[in-house]
Amino acid sequence: MTSVQLAEASNAAVYASMITLTLAMVAFAVSFASGRRRVTVPSTSAGQQPGRRAANIGMSLTWLSFLLLLLGVVLRGVWAGRVPWGNMYEFSITAALGVLGVYLGMSIRRDLRWLGLFVVIPTLLWLGLAITVLYTEAAQLVPALKSYWLVIHVSAAIICFGAFTFAAATAGLSLVRGRAERRADSTEVTGWLSRVPDHERLERLTNTVIAFAFPLWTFAVVAGAIWAENAWGRYWGWDPKETWAFITWVIFAAYLHARSTAGWRGSRASWIVLAGWVSFLINYFGVNIFVNSLHSYSGM
Amino acid sequence: MTTQQQAPEQALPPLGSVGFLRWLWRQLTSMRTALILLFLLAVVSIPGSILPQRGTNPLRVDQWIEENPATAPILDALGFFDVYASPWFAAVYLLLFISLIGCVLPRVGVHLRALRTPPPRAPRNLNRLPASGSFVSELTVDEVLTSAAGQLRQGHWRVRSSEGEWVAAEKGYWRETGNLVFHLSLILVLVGIAVGGLLGWRGNVVVREGTGFSNTLTQYDAWGAGRFVSADALAPFSFTLEDFRVDFERGEAQRGAPREFEADLTYRAAPGGEEVSTTVQVNEPLIASGAKVFLVGHGYAPHVIVRDSTGRVVFDDTVTFLPQDGNFTSTGVIKAPDAEPALGFNGLFLPTAALTEELGPHSVFPAPDYPGLFLSAFTGDMGLDDGSPQSVYTLDTSGMEQIGLESLLPGDVWTLPEGQGSIEFVDLERWASFQIAHDPGKELALGASLAAMIGLMVSLFVRRRRIWVRAQPADDGGTLVHVGALARSEGTDVESDVVDLMSRLGGPDVSQERAPQ
Ligand code: HEM
Repeated sequence: MTSVQLAEASNAAVYASMITLTLAMVAFAVSFASGRRRVTVPSTSAGQQPGRRAANIGMSLTWLSFLLLLLGVVLRGVWAGRVPWGNMYEFSITAALGVLGVYLGMSIRRDLRWLGLFVVIPTLLWLGLAITVLYTEAAQLVPALKSYWLVIHVSAAIICFGAFTFAAATAGLSLVRGRAERRADSTEVTGWLSRVPDHERLERLTNTVIAFAFPLWTFAVVAGAIWAENAWGRYWGWDPKETWAFITWVIFAAYLHARSTAGWRGSRASWIVLAGWVSFLINYFGVNIFVNSLHSYSGM
Repeated sequence: MTTQQQAPEQALPPLGSVGFLRWLWRQLTSMRTALILLFLLAVVSIPGSILPQRGTNPLRVDQWIEENPATAPILDALGFFDVYASPWFAAVYLLLFISLIGCVLPRVGVHLRALRTPPPRAPRNLNRLPASGSFVSELTVDEVLTSAAGQLRQGHWRVRSSEGEWVAAEKGYWRETGNLVFHLSLILVLVGIAVGGLLGWRGNVVVREGTGFSNTLTQYDAWGAGRFVSADALAPFSFTLEDFRVDFERGEAQRGAPREFEADLTYRAAPGGEEVSTTVQVNEPLIASGAKVFLVGHGYAPHVIVRDSTGRVVFDDTVTFLPQDGNFTSTGVIKAPDAEPALGFNGLFLPTAALTEELGPHSVFPAPDYPGLFLSAFTGDMGLDDGSPQSVYTLDTSGMEQIGLESLLPGDVWTLPEGQGSIEFVDLERWASFQIAHDPGKELALGASLAAMIGLMVSLFVRRRRIWVRAQPADDGGTLVHVGALARSEGTDVESDVVDLMSRLGGPDVSQERAPQ
C-alpha cells in the first residue's frame, strides 16, 4: 500500500468503528428502553428479559468497533512508521481503544450489558472530537518521544485511562442509582435505573476496577519519571503534566483510603473517583493544549 | 481495623496537657486525617501547574510579574511562584508523612504479633457468617476434621484445630504485609528525594562547536546545588563539542518540529586522562563520573571577524545567538571593546530569512536554508570599564552611538561608514546546550518506588479471610459438617472458599445456604 492509501485506510477504519459504535449505541438504547418493568438487578433468569437481544447485538457491535478501531490505530502506526502516539489525535483514538478494551475485557467474566450505553456514548463523543478537532496528519516523533519508555509509559497510561473512565461510569451510576434507591425508599426503583445494578454492586465494581488501575497508574507515573530522568536529567520537575499525574495519583490514593474510613465509604468515595477522573482529563486536554509544558505534544 | 476513625462526637479534646497531646497525636494519625491531608496535597499542588514557576521557568515568572503588577507581589510573597518549595506545601506533605509514620509503625508491631497468633476459635454458629454451608458426611468427625485441616494446609491456610470439634484457618496475611511495605517505602521515596535535594547539583551550559567545557562552577551559565554540595569537589571531567547535527520536519504536518539532534563529543574523565569519542542524543545522556550530561537545546553561532579602523583583527570567533521562536529567529551581541574606536553590534540571526511589512526580518524555518545576519553597529562607551559584570547576550548602548544597519549572507563583508572598520560573516556554526546533573538519591527513590509498587499490588490483590469447619455426629448417622467463612478485607468474596472446601470434603458442589451469584 502507498502511504496515502494507508492513511485513508486508517481513517476509514476509524470512521467504520464510529459507525458500528453508533449502531451499538442504538442497540443498547433499545435494550434500555424496552420493557420498563420493575427489575432490580439483571437477574440470573434474565434470559427472558425483553431487550436482552438488543443488548447482545450491542455487545457484538461494540466488539466489532473495537476491532475496527484497533485496525485504525495499527494502520496509523504503519503509516507513520512508529508507535501511533505522536500527537493528540493519535493519543485520543488509542485512548478510546483503551476504554472499549477495558470494558470488553471486564465483560468477559461478568454481565456488563447494562453498562454498554454509558461506555459507548462517551467513547463516540470522544472519537468524534478526535477526528474533527484534534485531527493531525502523521508526522515523525519529536526527539524526546523517541524512547522505548514511550511505549511502556503511554500504553500503561492508556489502559489506566480506560479503567478510570470505566470506574467513573460505574461510580457516577452508583450515585444516581443510590439517590433513586433512597427516594424509592422501600419500594423498588423504577424507570431506566431499574436496569442497572443496585448501588452497592456498582460500588464494588468501581472498587475492583480501581484496585487494578491504581497500581498500573503508579507504574505509569514511575515509568514516566524514569523516562524524564533519561531525557531531561531529572526524574521529577513539577512540570504541569507531571503535577497533574501526581494529583490524579493522590486523589485515587485518597479513594483507596476512603473505602476504609468510616463515613467516607459509598457516595463520598464515588465522588472521589469522579474527581480523579476529571483530573485525568484536565491533564490530557488542559495541559496538552493550554499550558506551556515540556509535555505539550498535541501537534496542534 | 484498629486504625479506623472513631465517631466524631467522641473526638472532643480532653483538658490536661498530656491528654491533649495524646488526643492531638491520635487525631493526626487517624485514617480521616490521612484522607484529608491527601486531599489537601492534591489541592496545594494545583497552583504550581497554573502559575509559572521559578524552578522550571524563571523568565516566564518575571514576565508574569511584569504583566500583573497588582496581584503579583502578593502571590510572590506567599510563594506562589515557587509552590513546591513553599512552606505551606512542605507543611502539608510533612504532616502527611508524620501521620504516615505514626500510623504505620504501630501497625508493624500489631502485624508482627498477628503473624504469631493462631486463628481464632470457631464461632458457635457458623450459619450466621456471611458465607456458610452444611452437609452430612459419611466419614467420622475425626476423619472430617483431619481431612479439612489437611486440605486447608495444602491450600496454604494457617490452621488451628481443636480435638474433635472444629478447625479454624486464616489466609492472606500478605495483604497487611504488602500494605505496610507500601507505606514504609513511601517514606524511603521521600528520603531519596531529600538526598537528591541536599547532595545533588545541576547546571546548564552552552557549548559552541569546536569549543570545550570542563566541570567547574565558573564554566556554567546556570547552576543550582543542594545545601551540602561543595563546589570544589566536582568531578574534574571535561569534553569538547566536535560536531552537532540537527534535522527538522519538512513535511506539512508539524513543519519545523525537531526530528533528530545529536552531538559528537570527545570526553575526558580527568585532566590528562584518556580521550573518548561519544555521541549524546536526547534520551541518551553521557554518563560522566557519576553525573549525567544531557543534550537539551541548540542554536546557531555565526562566525564573525571584526576589524577596526586600523585594519587590525579585534574579534574572530563564533558568537552564541539565542533562539526567540520555533523558527530560530535568534538574537545575539558582538562586542569588540579593544577596537579603535570600540565597536559593538546588536544582531538578529535568521536561519531562513524573510522580510515582511508587519513582522520585519524574521525566520520562516529552523534549518539554515537561507541564513541571514542583520546587524546594527554602535561605537562609543559600552560601559565595561566600571567593572560591573555584563551579560554576553546584551549590549548596553546608553553610552554609544548607532552608526549603521546592514544585512549579511555568509561570506559578506560590511565596511562600516567613515572607515571605522569592518565586519565579516565568515560562516555558520552551531551550539548545543547541555544540562549536567548529579542526583545521588535517585537510585534509592527508584528502588523504594519499585518496593512500593510490589507492596501495593500484594496489598490490593491478596484477600484476607477466615474459614471454620465444625463437625458433630448427625442424629441419623454420619457426620454433620458446617463450614463458614468471613472476609477480612474489602470486596472479598468468601462464598467460593466455602463452596470449594465443602466439595473437597465430599459435600455437595453448591453451598446450600446461598446460591453463588
Ligand atoms: C503519603 C501518604 C499516603 C499514601 C499515598 C497512601 C496510600 C495508600 C494506598 C494507595 C492504599 C491502598 C493500598 C493498600 O491497601 O496498600 C492505602 C491503604 C491504607 N492506608 Fe495509606 N497512604 C498514605 C498515608 C496513610 C496514613 C497517614 C495512614 C494512617 C492513618 C494510612 C493508613 C492506611 C490504611 C490503614 C490502609 C489500608 C486500607 C485498607 O485495608 O483498605 N495511610 N494507603
